[in-house]
Amino acid sequence: MAEREQVRRERIERDPESAGEATAPAVSERGERLKDELDDLLDEIDSVLETNAEEFVKSYVQKGGE
Amino acid sequence: MAVPKILGIETEFGILHRGVPEPNPVTASSLLINAYLSRCSAPGDGPGAPRVGWDFVDESPSLDLRGFSAFDAIAPEIETHLVNAVLTNGARYYVDHAHPELSTPECLDARDLVRFDRAAEQILIESMAAANEVLPEGQEIVVYKNNSDGKGNSYGCHENYLIDRATPFGRVAVHATTHFVTRQVFTGAGKVGCELPGCSRSDIDFQLTQRADFFEEEVGLETTLKRPIINTRDEPHADPLRYRRLHVIVGDANLCEVATFLKVGTTAIVLAMVDDDFLHREVRFADPVRALQEVSLDQSLGRALELADGTTATAIELQWDLLEQGRKYVEERGDEGVGGPVAHEVLDRWGEVLATLEEDPEPLVGVVDWVTKRHIINGYRDRHGLQPDDLRLMALDLQYHDLRPERSLFARMGAETLVDPADVERGMTTPPDGTRAYFRGRCLDRWSDSVVAANWDSMVFDAGEESLRRVPMMEPTRGSRAHVATLIDDCDDITELLDRLSGRAG
Repeated sequence: MAEREQVRRERIERDPESAGEATAPAVSERGERLKDELDDLLDEIDSVLETNAEEFVKSYVQKGGE
Repeated sequence: MAVPKILGIETEFGILHRGVPEPNPVTASSLLINAYLSRCSAPGDGPGAPRVGWDFVDESPSLDLRGFSAFDAIAPEIETHLVNAVLTNGARYYVDHAHPELSTPECLDARDLVRFDRAAEQILIESMAAANEVLPEGQEIVVYKNNSDGKGNSYGCHENYLIDRATPFGRVAVHATTHFVTRQVFTGAGKVGCELPGCSRSDIDFQLTQRADFFEEEVGLETTLKRPIINTRDEPHADPLRYRRLHVIVGDANLCEVATFLKVGTTAIVLAMVDDDFLHREVRFADPVRALQEVSLDQSLGRALELADGTTATAIELQWDLLEQGRKYVEERGDEGVGGPVAHEVLDRWGEVLATLEEDPEPLVGVVDWVTKRHIINGYRDRHGLQPDDLRLMALDLQYHDLRPERSLFARMGAETLVDPADVERGMTTPPDGTRAYFRGRCLDRWSDSVVAANWDSMVFDAGEESLRRVPMMEPTRGSRAHVATLIDDCDDITELLDRLSGRAG
């Protein structure tokens, strides 16, 4: 348990710095933009999606590799 | 001092041949690659892919890193009869089993490897175009950069890292396992459903990775069955007394450039720390295979993983720990062996992505593949009011990885890029500067008629003399632009080059 507490504490100590990174303007702006763009994106996806999704999924069979 | 972390990625692509009653993936893969090679070597098209075959003399994929030759393992077969070419960018392009596969040239840093991984995608895209020009009307070959067909069949995206022969392998295995299990939070390419035995779409509608379902062992030699988290293939493709090559089979193929950048950049730093015995805390999972799958199945990222000492930790906590060590390592030991200035970009990005994952992953659309794919899947599901097991969601998953620009869903996501498209295009035909791939690529470009065969650690030339001449390339950092550019530029013909290399002249 001591080690676990250690990990947690280090994480909390790091938080001020990481919080700054997480809310960097570029990132949150990006989140907002994504919401606005989702509708447009879904319209576009409707137009390029494989026409017969069921048949496409069934026909997508690969041999194992590596 | 850690040996320089020379990097490479081998990707097996999914392939469909549409419009034929009984498609044969081996034939389709051969056709795809041959169409590309023909296009590149056609008169007037300039250099690109001279017809030079791969040389198998030094290949021994059944040697084991742990120091013994496997007796009960199934050694991978080498299929020498199938198309197998070397490109002027230093890459290998070939048919492996039933897939087209492209191995990037050796790179010195994560950013350059992202460039060559993207160049590989462009080569596949051009191959599709070339193949579809020669196919009869109504037929089409389509290539997917993914790792699973959703029906229990998997194919790999392998990473390669040069490590020090002197490093005890047990130490590599312990720390690499910690990283491979936990890095999935940013390397996962996302998957609709689950392919674990006994698991169905109704149990798991989405998970972080393509690959975690297919792993059964902690350490081993196999790659096609009973796949191990740590693959022990000992084929250094370099001086075996100095080097090992860690062949990593546990990762997903990424489309997000940042995901590829972090996948290889963070792993290079972790392995350098292992070489230098810098990591003093050993994290051992109570059950590494279970932990691998638990991380992949947990979209909340908060799952407590059981450690062998009875404590628990989350994947992100263990990643913070590795990042902390990585920062300290680069500060104290320098960035030389881990990509120079690029290592600092990796460390910064690593922290930023972990912090965002912890807070709310959604802003990582276009940065991390599983977040990007989930954004599409969930948006589509909500718009059309679909059940989680609707096949259309699985179709979206597959089509995310479709490499045709007009069909790819990933291509519509406005993902962040790290490399300039013009540099990617250059990477299709021109080798990286910093490794022996430079020598390989330049020789193929200038003297392809004299190159009899090439492989990772040697080239064989026919200079019109009685016997062929083999140039060994056992040191991956030699043969770089700095070493040989002037020499290659100065030589009028292959004989002069070979004579000067062997000290017979000049």
